[in-house]
Amino acid sequence: MMTIVDYGLGNVMAFANVYKRLNVSVTIATSAFDLKNASKIILPGVGAFDQAIERIDQSGMREALNTKVLCDRVPVLGVCVGMQVMAHSSEEGHKSGLGWIEGQVKKFGPSTLPHRTRLPHMGWNDVQPTTKNRLFEGLERDARFYFLHSYYFHCIRSEDILAVSDYGGTFCCAVGSENIYGIQFHPEKSHHFGTQLLKNFLDL
Amino acid sequence: MLRPRIIPCLLMKDKGLVKTIQFKKPKYVGDPINTVRIFNEKEVDELIIMDIDATTIASGPDYKMIEHLAAECRMPLCYGGGVTRLDQVKTIIRLGVEKVAISAAAVENPGIISKIAEEVGRQSVVVVLDVKKRPCDDQYEVWTHNGKKNTGKCPIKLVKEMEKLGVGEIVINAIDHDGEMQGYDLVLSKKIREAITVPMTVLGGAGSLKDIGNLIGTFGIVGASAGSLFVFKGIYKAVLINYPCPTEKEALICANYPQFMR
Repeated sequence: MMTIVDYGLGNVMAFANVYKRLNVSVTIATSAFDLKNASKIILPGVGAFDQAIERIDQSGMREALNTKVLCDRVPVLGVCVGMQVMAHSSEEGHKSGLGWIEGQVKKFGPSTLPHRTRLPHMGWNDVQPTTKNRLFEGLERDARFYFLHSYYFHCIRSEDILAVSDYGGTFCCAVGSENIYGIQFHPEKSHHFGTQLLKNFLDL
Repeated sequence: MLRPRIIPCLLMKDKGLVKTIQFKKPKYVGDPINTVRIFNEKEVDELIIMDIDATTIASGPDYKMIEHLAAECRMPLCYGGGVTRLDQVKTIIRLGVEKVAISAAAVENPGIISKIAEEVGRQSVVVVLDVKKRPCDDQYEVWTHNGKKNTGKCPIKLVKEMEKLGVGEIVINAIDHDGEMQGYDLVLSKKIREAITVPMTVLGGAGSLKDIGNLIGTFGIVGASAGSLFVFKGIYKAVLINYPCPTEKEALICANYPQFMR
């Protein structure tokens, strides 16, 4: 069962609606018990790093998520802050992340931008997959997504980078390692590009 | 490459949508949910929805309505109207809204912006300033409460302060230009752009795609927002929800923002 984690941050309903239009039933998990039958997990998120970690801890789902993702190898897709919490740490906060993918969340320093608008990185930007991956099937060319962030995922292992984007320089906007996927942009708010990506995740 | 954003702005009143002229004469233009659905089909870059009753009649945000809107929007949504406290912002974000706009509360009590930015991240905090020119000397002043209350504050000083406090975006709304469809206030927008580096969205006055092109030509990366342009058609202002199609939009950006072609 496609399961969307509701820990109090992020557009749970927006994801649910995309899948509803695809005629896919979803479960919304608010407790460890709700994660029991998850065969796919989406970890959304809008907000700050520490707050997200705190919320996940308070929800009592951290252990269940670790078990599902690390032991049962259930595919998981982290979105925005839901991706960032998969790192070990973030320059935005003091708390430890889930540590599922080797990396640290860093703040942009886009002094090379040709325009006066600096941060946050806000709006539609091109996403270029760097390797062949089923998550980006049909999105290899001309794909664009909505971004809204000031921090990005800095991968320690370059093979974990799935896609890059450009904002005053190339940065990693999608990470992946085995069953674990993370994307910085918002597929649930990126029209048909986003629907395609969420359908790809469903079909993994 | 990052693109400029073209953003319909919808005004909510009594659970319906209206469009105003200089913040007056609200004209009914349709149902919010239906309108959002049409904009979904048109794949708009973003949407701003402002509840123009929420502050003036002190009703606060209508969470039921916001929840419906957020669930329906397939594009990023910025909600504004009646937001004065941190807990309201947190509730609205939990309902699935990406950005929360604060206006009167930010002008009256700027400290609230840093508190909110710290908690929800600055990317979700938007300050909307309604600005009007003083007729005697052309000085700009910030108004609140749907254009009914003059705070006498200077918008340039205010946006600088907001940036320091951690705002993620400034929406600058020119009251004199609202609904006139005669073009944006570029003088005001330039002053704001020079004062800050956070994203700026300009609202008020767009009457054609040419006006949007001019704004993009002036600033490159900018939010170009409009109400009337995207809800009316023709000289008699018949209600017709519209938005440039992807190729039209691409051509508009390329023609006015040469860096984009690189």
